[in-house]
Amino acid sequence: MTHVTIALAQIKTRLGDVQANLAKHLELIDEAGRRGADLVVFPELSLTGYVLQDLTPTVAHRAESQDPVFQPLLQASRSIDILVGFVEGDVRHRFYIAAAYLSRGEVLHVHRKVYLPTYGLFDEGRFFAWGDQIRAFDTRFGRFGVLICEDFWHASPPYLLWLDGADVFLFISASPGRGLNGEDRLESARWVEQINQAYASLFTAFVAHTNRVGFEDGLNFWGGATVFDPNGVCLAQGPYHEEALTLADLDLAQLNRTRTRLPLLRDERTALVQRELERILRRGEKSEG
Amino acid sequence: MVDPKPTLDINTDLARAILIDFLATEIRRAGFERAVLGLSGGLDSTLACYLTAEALGPQNVLAVRMPYRTSAPESLEHAGLVIQASGVQELTIPISDMVDPLLAHVPEGETVRRGNIMARARMIILYDQSAATGGLVVGTGNKTEILLGYTTLYGDSACALNPLGDLYKTQVRQLARAIGVPEVILAKAPSADLWKGQTDEAELGFTYAEVDRLLVLLVDGRYSPQACVEAGFEEAFVRAVIERIRRNQYKRALPLIAKLSNRTVGYDFLYLRDWGT
Repeated sequence: MTHVTIALAQIKTRLGDVQANLAKHLELIDEAGRRGADLVVFPELSLTGYVLQDLTPTVAHRAESQDPVFQPLLQASRSIDILVGFVEGDVRHRFYIAAAYLSRGEVLHVHRKVYLPTYGLFDEGRFFAWGDQIRAFDTRFGRFGVLICEDFWHASPPYLLWLDGADVFLFISASPGRGLNGEDRLESARWVEQINQAYASLFTAFVAHTNRVGFEDGLNFWGGATVFDPNGVCLAQGPYHEEALTLADLDLAQLNRTRTRLPLLRDERTALVQRELERILRRGEKSEG
Repeated sequence: MVDPKPTLDINTDLARAILIDFLATEIRRAGFERAVLGLSGGLDSTLACYLTAEALGPQNVLAVRMPYRTSAPESLEHAGLVIQASGVQELTIPISDMVDPLLAHVPEGETVRRGNIMARARMIILYDQSAATGGLVVGTGNKTEILLGYTTLYGDSACALNPLGDLYKTQVRQLARAIGVPEVILAKAPSADLWKGQTDEAELGFTYAEVDRLLVLLVDGRYSPQACVEAGFEEAFVRAVIERIRRNQYKRALPLIAKLSNRTVGYDFLYLRDWGT
């Protein structure tokens, strides 16, 4: 498989109404398929809405075939791969901000958000448990990695995915728009676009990002889905603040061309990183002790 | 090169698009198609009126003029200009007959009490019109007055949603100019028009231009008071503004509830207003 067509859905959601959001997902999955997409990517918490607060336990599901919400999604994944955002409730009644990658009727991967912003306007750590794994995974198109919003505001999760073999990064957000100034876009949009372009360039990989739109009380979500290629070139960009399904064709052979020109992955000195990291952490332990 | 200092300058196209979308989305989400707002003929209510008209269609917006006998005649005229230009529905309900019996018991010199009574009388009219017409009350308070507490609690601050609450007065002016608010409204001195000759800046003791430059450093830029002084502001001015912000926190908060149970509204019973929508 040398090409993959990704459809990035930027949608409004109904806060806490999983059934209504599921219906919208199924419509968009159908549309993406009709438009020739191989994979459709939904934003963070796309099945539930974002500022859930005390709604959290009432909207939790598990990515498995018996689950009434995942059953129709898994069925739909027989014709097109799907990345969907949801609240995962585990058997011990902990709740995670999670994303499930569904393909050919199977759950290929679930990522639980590892960085829960709990500062400024964010209060995720109050309601959610912290994910504890960062893993790349194999798809029928190659090896992918999934991160959720704050996960990729930190440099280490994308770096780990890169070393774990991910060539296509799928990043999903429910990013509230903020930082209005004289520039042509909000500061939050500018920042996310900059870092995604930087990750694509630094890791010579594809970085696809999608983000919610609409409002929750006074918070706006800015949309603006993007796909950057291994050269850091923007292949596609969705509109700001509007619902859209943005398609991008990824020519995976570009990985070969870029990495031949710029062998950053080949030259990455992971043993040095490990050695120095261990030293730094040991020193940290000493100074804290 | 982006100026690292927080700036008051805003992209007015972006602000306008977000605020119109906010008004349309959140009003309809609450189950309403219409809005009601008090139109004084000043800058804030004028901008709110233009934005709401654009969000819902002018036929769905009721602008209510509520003059008192001492209100400046040009306020009514300016509001008339806005009604004409924006095409909104209009209603004029003078408050003199309503508030005079109460004001008869308040000495002339107690301007704050008298002003509060007028502001609250207007709130009663707006909420009555809300019930009468099925329109949500759109607020017109800006970030400067919210931070400084330059507002009457349960008076002009009362509303269902507020499109201007995160824009400083300076930014309201910038957006209003971009949207095409009549020059005569942009040019006049801001006033609550609660008594003759009142102006905001005389009452506050500083200009909006000055205090907004300080507020954007203190609040948005998280500058320390000392850093604000180093940035060129008088120390006494910085201290006075900070104290004013602190003293008025109660106006920005819901009434305190004494916690007794395990689950209490406001503390650990937490839902957005958009719950389920």
